[in-house]
Amino acid sequence: MKKKIVCAMMCVAMVATSLVGCGSKADDTATDNAGTETTDDAAGDDAAAADDAAANAGSGKVYYLNFKPEQAEAWQDLAASYTDQTGVEVVVETAASGTYEDTLKSEMAKSEAPTLFQVNGPVGLANWKDYCYDLSGTALYDQVKSDDFVLKDGDAVQGIAYVIETYGIIYNVKLMQEYCAMDGAVVASADEINSFDTLKAVADDIQAKKDELGVLGAFASAGMDSSSDWRFKTHLANLPIYYEYKDKGIGSTDAIEGTYLDNYKQIWDLYITDSTCDKALLSSKTGEDAAAEFACGDAVFYQNGTWAYGDITADGLTDDDLGMLPIYIGAPGEENQGLCTGSENYWCVNKNASEEDIQSTLAFLEWVVTSDEGRDCLANTMGFTTPFKAFDEDVKYKAQNPLISAADGYVAAGKTSVAWCFTSMPSETWKNGVGAALTEYAQGTGDWDAVKTAFVDGWATEYAAANGQ
Amino acid sequence: MKSLKKYSPVFVLPTFAAFMIGFILPFIAGIYLSFCKFTTVQDAKFVGFSNYTKIFQDDTFVHALWYTILFTIVSVITINLFAFIIASFLTKAMKGTNLFRTVFFMPNLIGGIILGWIWQLIINGVLLYFNRTITYSEVYGFWGLIVLMNWQQIGYMMIIYIAGIQNIPGDLIEAAQIDGASKWQTLIKVKIPMLMPSITICTFLTMTNGFKLFDQNLALTGGAPSEKSQLLALNIFETFYGRNGWEGVGQAKAVVFCILVIAIAMVQLKATRSKEVQQ
Repeated sequence: MKKKIVCAMMCVAMVATSLVGCGSKADDTATDNAGTETTDDAAGDDAAAADDAAANAGSGKVYYLNFKPEQAEAWQDLAASYTDQTGVEVVVETAASGTYEDTLKSEMAKSEAPTLFQVNGPVGLANWKDYCYDLSGTALYDQVKSDDFVLKDGDAVQGIAYVIETYGIIYNVKLMQEYCAMDGAVVASADEINSFDTLKAVADDIQAKKDELGVLGAFASAGMDSSSDWRFKTHLANLPIYYEYKDKGIGSTDAIEGTYLDNYKQIWDLYITDSTCDKALLSSKTGEDAAAEFACGDAVFYQNGTWAYGDITADGLTDDDLGMLPIYIGAPGEENQGLCTGSENYWCVNKNASEEDIQSTLAFLEWVVTSDEGRDCLANTMGFTTPFKAFDEDVKYKAQNPLISAADGYVAAGKTSVAWCFTSMPSETWKNGVGAALTEYAQGTGDWDAVKTAFVDGWATEYAAANGQ
Repeated sequence: MKSLKKYSPVFVLPTFAAFMIGFILPFIAGIYLSFCKFTTVQDAKFVGFSNYTKIFQDDTFVHALWYTILFTIVSVITINLFAFIIASFLTKAMKGTNLFRTVFFMPNLIGGIILGWIWQLIINGVLLYFNRTITYSEVYGFWGLIVLMNWQQIGYMMIIYIAGIQNIPGDLIEAAQIDGASKWQTLIKVKIPMLMPSITICTFLTMTNGFKLFDQNLALTGGAPSEKSQLLALNIFETFYGRNGWEGVGQAKAVVFCILVIAIAMVQLKATRSKEVQQ
């Protein structure tokens, strides 16, 4: 008897599983129909704004594969609001941190592929350019302030940046003041730090006095776990590349010389020596570890960018506690160096989507960057500084947080911002190679020559591999 | 019996269809894709054997291959040895055998990713006393994986061995004892030959599991440091998803990997089957 019951249950389970696939499909179609119906309804609505938007919203669907987990919820809300107003279905999916390319690759292969996705710069674009709709002549492109913020392939505009970000060395203002008030402090205020030598002197001194100051170290742990290693293999590595490009007057290269690698070494040495943790433990330290150390006042300096604002203020640090310094590596003329500002987030529209979907996506993007609600959400909820004209119309559409203000401050003071040259790094494999070598150097299982090899030779091989030579 | 024959296609159909859709068709598509260059699987362009020539230019693949082979050898030996020892204890008449059997089997019910995280915490917690972490060197990662896999799989293999041991007819053992065989002789000459079917299954399972291991590897070390603790499956995954323009190479690696595992499993089955005895 018992056997029979088990058998029957197994059968039910089997049938149920085989029907699940069909079930969700039926659901999809149902929503489709509902979507179209609402469009008709909305068109008949009296609300003027909604009418306007609905009129050119198109009859397609929008599927946005979002890159930034920090803003996932805000995008969902914004999309829901747009659907309410226009009836156009907007689906927002967010890839888990560090898995965007994987997710995009598998999503793009589906019949319901994303209509809107993003690439991280020229190198990322190279992989996806066959999928990018030419955005020239669209309302979105008209909104962009300058061509510095777009990715082009010939005359075709394939990607448009939607957020401008800045990174540097974030520091704890209160701890800095406490340090400066101590006897024998190297500087009287953080403003005096304008070169690598001063930065090193201050960091070394803080490290020596860490117990008096009540911190674990000058710098938050330079974790080389995959949640954190991009801060060093990509963002920090930007500086030697930037100075080399600057000397040569170029914007990308097929072979890097590594003229500033000694500077890269000295800043990396500083990070791992004047640190909250032992060098040998770096390979397992995560991004959360570093953020938490800084947020709890265990470290004075923390290399990261404007996007980290939410993470580091979650534990009681206030706006007044935050300041940002440029990353000084000891390059000539660095007293005029500002923060690193640029974008690695470019919107692309999927060329292979149906014409209706493309039009709907473009209409959605236009709404996002021009409507009151869209601008408010991007600037104030998501905290994005954008390159779009419509955001300049009103000061309330300007993102505000102390890290962004610090960035503006350096620009106002006439400092030269460091460009994000890392978008020209030949491949992810190159970054991983440099990251691995940095880790081994830090924990003492490898030497600096390995970093040099990964940096210089790795660049040449990866560039050749990526460009099919 | 006749009606069973008549209706058998009806009963076979659902499974057969599922097997075709879920296994055979993707397998064929996968083999085709290994000869293509593509970004997404829909825009594949045929390029011939170039993906296969690239496989062995990739040092990480060769490293992962040796690392996997070594891992499989060590894990097959340790898992089967410990599982057999525990099974022989738990088939003796002693109190609480059922409780122990359950306890040993439990780890097998936890998913690989979670196990990986748990063991990462434990191992890092211990290594911290020596100022090290598991990602410090691939040697730590290797033994970490061995410990993890032992902990997870011993219970499962133990159950198979217990079933096998209980199936050995008592009169055979008795006859051996009457003939004056020592305990050791009984084990080697009677029990183990009678257990060969169980051993075949257990070595097959542990060996293929060792080769295919993915989630535990991903969660425990993620291949760190420098991709040196990558097993083959993770290496294939990283090539396919982590490296632009190398999707086809990842696919080709997967085909090579599949052939390799099938070949080794065949040899192993043949070798252990030949030692099985008829009762």
